[in-house]
Amino acid sequence: MALRRSTPFALTPPGQRPGWSWWTAVAAAAVAMMLFPETAELDVLYDTSILFVFAILALSMGYLWGFVGILSLGQTAFFGLGGYTYAVLSLNTGDTSGAVLAGVALPAAFAALLGYFMIYGRISDIYFSVITLVVTLILEKGIRATSGEQFVIGSVRLNGQNGIPGLPALQVPWDSGTTLFIDGVYYLAAIVLVLVYIGLRLLLTSDFGRVLVGIRENERRINLLGYDSRRYKLAVFTLCGGIAGLAGVLYAVWGAFVAPEMANLNQAALLIIWVIVGGRTALIGPVIGTAVIVYLTNWLGTQGVGQVTLVMGAILTVFVLVFHQGLVPTLSGLMVWLQDRLRSGSRAEGGG
Amino acid sequence: MQPILIYAYQIAFAISIFVLISLGLAVIFGMMKVINLAHGEFIMLGAMGCTLISGLGLPLWLSVIGAGLVVGLIGIVAERLVIRFLYGRVLDTLLATWGLSLLIIGLVTTLLGPQTTSVPQDLGNVTLLAFTMPVYNLLMILVAAALLAGTWLLWRYTRVGLIVRTTMQNPDMARAIGLNTDRVYMLTFGYGAMLAGLAGAVIAPMFGATPTMGVFYIAKAFITVISGGPMPLLGTLTASSLFGAIDGAVAYATASVVGEITVLVVAILLLRLLPLGITGRFRRGL
Repeated sequence: MALRRSTPFALTPPGQRPGWSWWTAVAAAAVAMMLFPETAELDVLYDTSILFVFAILALSMGYLWGFVGILSLGQTAFFGLGGYTYAVLSLNTGDTSGAVLAGVALPAAFAALLGYFMIYGRISDIYFSVITLVVTLILEKGIRATSGEQFVIGSVRLNGQNGIPGLPALQVPWDSGTTLFIDGVYYLAAIVLVLVYIGLRLLLTSDFGRVLVGIRENERRINLLGYDSRRYKLAVFTLCGGIAGLAGVLYAVWGAFVAPEMANLNQAALLIIWVIVGGRTALIGPVIGTAVIVYLTNWLGTQGVGQVTLVMGAILTVFVLVFHQGLVPTLSGLMVWLQDRLRSGSRAEGGG
Repeated sequence: MQPILIYAYQIAFAISIFVLISLGLAVIFGMMKVINLAHGEFIMLGAMGCTLISGLGLPLWLSVIGAGLVVGLIGIVAERLVIRFLYGRVLDTLLATWGLSLLIIGLVTTLLGPQTTSVPQDLGNVTLLAFTMPVYNLLMILVAAALLAGTWLLWRYTRVGLIVRTTMQNPDMARAIGLNTDRVYMLTFGYGAMLAGLAGAVIAPMFGATPTMGVFYIAKAFITVISGGPMPLLGTLTASSLFGAIDGAVAYATASVVGEITVLVVAILLLRLLPLGITGRFRRGL
């Protein structure tokens, strides 16, 4: 209907460098995030940090889906894998910096391996989604099955569905005596979120990013132009696997705890809902969607309405059927449409 | 002789479970190209329906059939309310049915509570060559074979089957010769849902029924139908046999989770070699 015109966030040609208004908005948001702890209590900071972590996870999925056109349902698997890698290594070695690096590298490597089999197997997009989902399900099932005493990595018991509690606090890399407390974790999550957001946005302006968007628009044409789309898809899938792993590490740092719930079907569904509600064709969409839905689920929980699952299911179905674009693109499209109406209205008056 | 018999029984049983849980999906996903993530919940509704109906005092076989019919009706309602707007938008069917699946889980949990309910069955055991097997498990193998054969006969040799295949192959042409494709889609989806419901009802006496049980079957069902390839029924049978044999043998030798992970790894390697699935290189057919 009214959304045919290009919308400010969604359909700006992604190859263009972001303008000064974008940089101002990002800088303002970053300053606000940095100043927020001055006014907020620790428990609010604690809740907000996890919002940032989930937003990073949502970005890793929204980027693949909205800009490359591949719907990966395996991001929660990389999320869980990142968290577990960090947990096992930090408990074993006592050194958290190395564990963070490994917590990013291992999910990225797993994404590369899985992606190789799927992308180079020329599996269609549909099967790609289903297989990533199935991998997630089996991974979670595998973790749940490790409750016995024989499942030990180094000195750490995997504990099956009880998860691994009591992770060490994150140390500052250059001074292992200093550890991050709740406010430190908040700053870390905020900085990582802003950096990931800026990095992904700038990547779209590079040649690499232009090819990615080209793949979304018409993969065959990109291949005929001489780009091997498989290589680009594998690279960006690996990148987003690493970002999801990083979010998993931050989750483990935040709660000092990892559990198979990180990678279960519910978490995967929530992730989709965050992205689809916010709108995947705008990079800020997944962040907004995460904020809205996390707030909503928390509120539903405290209201005693119960059955968060029921409401989430209804939201997902309705958004797919009716608000397919998501909040941010729909709203910005609406704004453009309104501007047009006002402008044409005033022109008509002036002419008359 | 006896160990061979035990293995044969274990493998036949594992295959029959694969066939049961993926047959409905083979119709809905394999034929209609609707990625139905609510498939697990249709199975769950069948199991729940079976416990409710047999709780009324009806015999088990009647409860199973009743549960299958009820789930078929629920499938038709879901098709009218959600799925029919999404034909041709394959990824959207995945997302919408995922929402549907959460909705069903939430609804059933609200109405019936989160606990596991069970269905009693008292068919006892049968002893063959000094090896004792539960009669119910043997019956399950037979039911799986009957459902598969029945669906194949229905699609292959009846007028209804011909109409359904025509519609799935070329909806425009089917409409041009006067078929009501809208109704065909609706009823085919209902039939697939009914198969899932029957599977759930048959499984219920073995494993019980909980609102969240769908998640245990959804991964296996999708692996089977995808690996089976473009011929839904023959593909489901071959993929079920392959995975059932692997799952049965590995799970019997180690643990059931190891069996499932082995199946997944085999499936991914298989799809690397045969991207179109096992039946991808066959002549067109069922």
